Amino acid sequence: MKREIKFTLNGDPVKIEVMPNEKLLDVLRDRLGVKSPKHGCGRGECGACTVLLNGKSIRSCITLAIEVDGQEITTLEGLEKNGMTELQKSFLQHNSFQCGFCAPGMTLTATELLKKNPHPDEEEIREAIAGNLCRCTGYKNIIDAIVDVSKKG
Amino acid sequence: MNNFDYAKPSTLKEAIDIYKKYGEKAKLLMGGTDLVVLMDDGVLSPEMVIDLKGIEELKKLEFDGEYLHIGAGVTFNELIDSPVVKEKFPVIWEASRTVASTGVRNKATLVGNICSAVPSADSAPALLVRGAIVVIATENGDREVPITEFFTGPRRTVLSPGEIVKEVKVPASNGKFGGSYIKLGRYDGEDLAQVGVATIVTENKDYKIAFCAVAPKPVRAFEAEEFLKGKDLTDDVLEEAAKIAVKAISPISDIRASKEYRLYVSGVLVKRSLKASFSRLNGNGPAYGERLV
Repeated sequence: MKREIKFTLNGDPVKIEVMPNEKLLDVLRDRLGVKSPKHGCGRGECGACTVLLNGKSIRSCITLAIEVDGQEITTLEGLEKNGMTELQKSFLQHNSFQCGFCAPGMTLTATELLKKNPHPDEEEIREAIAGNLCRCTGYKNIIDAIVDVSKKG
Repeated sequence: MNNFDYAKPSTLKEAIDIYKKYGEKAKLLMGGTDLVVLMDDGVLSPEMVIDLKGIEELKKLEFDGEYLHIGAGVTFNELIDSPVVKEKFPVIWEASRTVASTGVRNKATLVGNICSAVPSADSAPALLVRGAIVVIATENGDREVPITEFFTGPRRTVLSPGEIVKEVKVPASNGKFGGSYIKLGRYDGEDLAQVGVATIVTENKDYKIAFCAVAPKPVRAFEAEEFLKGKDLTDDVLEEAAKIAVKAISPISDIRASKEYRLYVSGVLVKRSLKASFSRLNGNGPAYGERLV
């Protein structure tokens, strides 16, 4: 029942055989060695497993790998291929994360927001990251870092 | 998650053929934000999953002057990003923004939301007050079911195996109206509704009221609508309307709220939603999408 799927992962073509019930998150982490998406709740609620599908944030824990055949997937590894982005630098500067488990998902979600809306207000930022849970920080330094980037450019 | 076979047909006919062949043992996949969770939990173990994302005609989102056509493949974020939805169907727009989070809304579809038919489906009250029609593709051609008759119980609809909802069509409004959808959750983002209320008020004093999360299925409050017809929204009228409206619901207690709280707060929210809709009708209400609770 294995099927061969082809997709673009962080700019590179990938060809891999998957079972229909394999989840994208597991294929990325366990079979392709891409470790930035994290397994949090496993039900699409916490955002730790966020990846970009054709530029849009999705939950890789509730996406079947077979669904992304022919599509384009970007993870944090792809985002920072040419060095840290302005957003990542801002996160660093604001000491936005503690344990860092939510950081990849938070970064991809905020990246998607800033691409669509380069100058969001704080309410729009809060709304965009509402589905990315952080249990360390209380969100303040995360939001401040995004606000900083939103004021530039 | 048990294994299953997977098909990605490129036409509706092909999809219906596969669905007919497998019957109850097949499940339809669009966004997958409900289905994959249910399969992962072992609640559903289909032998065949039919991915509908290869069917181009289901991606249609278009307003033809008479109806807004929301194809089965249209995601909540596509609805939110559509200027015509925001302008002419603002309650659907407002309700779409309350569904889960952006990462879920990039995949989750409105049609998937009503086909899952959970009592708390956020898109349902907005569709109920707009008199939406569900267009179902079958092997014998299309059939149309009003949204008021589509839900039959918790996670139950009029659909049978082999039938695929291809779109929801929402009639355009003649004349001015104001509307609102209020979702009460325990916190912002990612929570299911404790109560959801949508209302519409027209300039001819015609009223529509619908609820989710407070009955076995999303419901219209027809009796309260009848009572309100032609009346001005004075405090006394609002009070009476709220009392009648909650007769249409039968909430249960669950992890999100008790039955008593739901009953009480439903009355409060009906009044608040009617007031917001009325002020929007008159052009002096809160902007659509603004917090109403």
